[in-house]
Amino acid sequence: MAHINVPEGVPGIRSLVMFRPETGKYLYDLAQELLRGESPLSQAERELIAAYVSKRNDCFFCMSSHAAAARCLYNDEEGIVDDVLNDMQTADISNKMKALLHIAGKVQILGNEVSFEDIELARNEGASDKELHDTVLIAAAFCMFNRYVDGLASFTPTDPEAYKEMGKRMVQGYNLPPQQ
Amino acid sequence: MAHINLNNDLPGIRGLMAYRPETATPLNALAEMLLRNDDNTLSRGERELIGTYVSYLNDCFFCQNVHGALAGHYLNCDINKIDEIKNDFNTADLSSKMKSLLSIAASVQKGGKMVTEEQIAAARLENATDKEIHDTVLIAAAFCMFNRYVDGLGTTAPLDRQFYINRAPQRAEDGYLILR
Repeated sequence: MAHINVPEGVPGIRSLVMFRPETGKYLYDLAQELLRGESPLSQAERELIAAYVSKRNDCFFCMSSHAAAARCLYNDEEGIVDDVLNDMQTADISNKMKALLHIAGKVQILGNEVSFEDIELARNEGASDKELHDTVLIAAAFCMFNRYVDGLASFTPTDPEAYKEMGKRMVQGYNLPPQQ
Repeated sequence: MAHINLNNDLPGIRGLMAYRPETATPLNALAEMLLRNDDNTLSRGERELIGTYVSYLNDCFFCQNVHGALAGHYLNCDINKIDEIKNDFNTADLSSKMKSLLSIAASVQKGGKMVTEEQIAAARLENATDKEIHDTVLIAAAFCMFNRYVDGLGTTAPLDRQFYINRAPQRAEDGYLILR
């Protein structure tokens, strides 16, 4: 059971933003802009960064839901998502994406962990300023979302089918759920 | 110098926000609602103090000084008192409720799952409401994002702490939606 009185049976962050839509609105706006807005990174790549950071933060809800969204977006190449979550260094992704995920992993530890060398490595693989910016902010934002979801012990479904549906809905966009 | 070319000389998160206004909009709106909106039983000073303490734990110089100066402004105390609280809030002159909430914030900083049933029960014994517990967790989580954003992109920050103290009254008046 969640630490506070949120709508029962509603999973993860959805239950929290229904409890407090005043802050929930901007959390969803942020997710929409970061993961669906204009960016040189594809939506699939951005969802992959989100799932990768959520896994490192041990947040099963965010990891499973964003992995499901990433699988939808990768289509025929959906296997990439599980390969990256398993071991991103051996996954079939570009060297640029590996360098960006490496930076996301550093951000997950702490901001000061990102070194000049990490940035140079990504630049040498062709990463632009905006790609670096978006990678760092996505990783940082999931350090918030993950802590919000687990810090209030929100309901985390264990059935993989539940996440499949969630992933499909998330691909359509992040909209504040209606009040119960 | 920041890790990316921001095309401006603004310090800390302000340089990032000027660089990427699309994501700045929900980030500023979230800060305004969480820290400054007056429909809240936690005072602005108490909420800034939670942000300050988490920023200190995340070793983010810019955020702990901006928000420490604001906390001092609202709580009517000098920066030495704020430093004492950061150093050991348990021995500081704070309410038992505030201490129980800072303890929850400290757990959130480590990871969402670090928040225990006992910590929630202790806060409730001090009459913390569901909304106060919610806001404490979300403020702590949000600063785990802001801190990583600011440091993960290697932004610059004035080293003179007086700079932040001098600016606090204007920021308190303007809030987070008017940036000047």
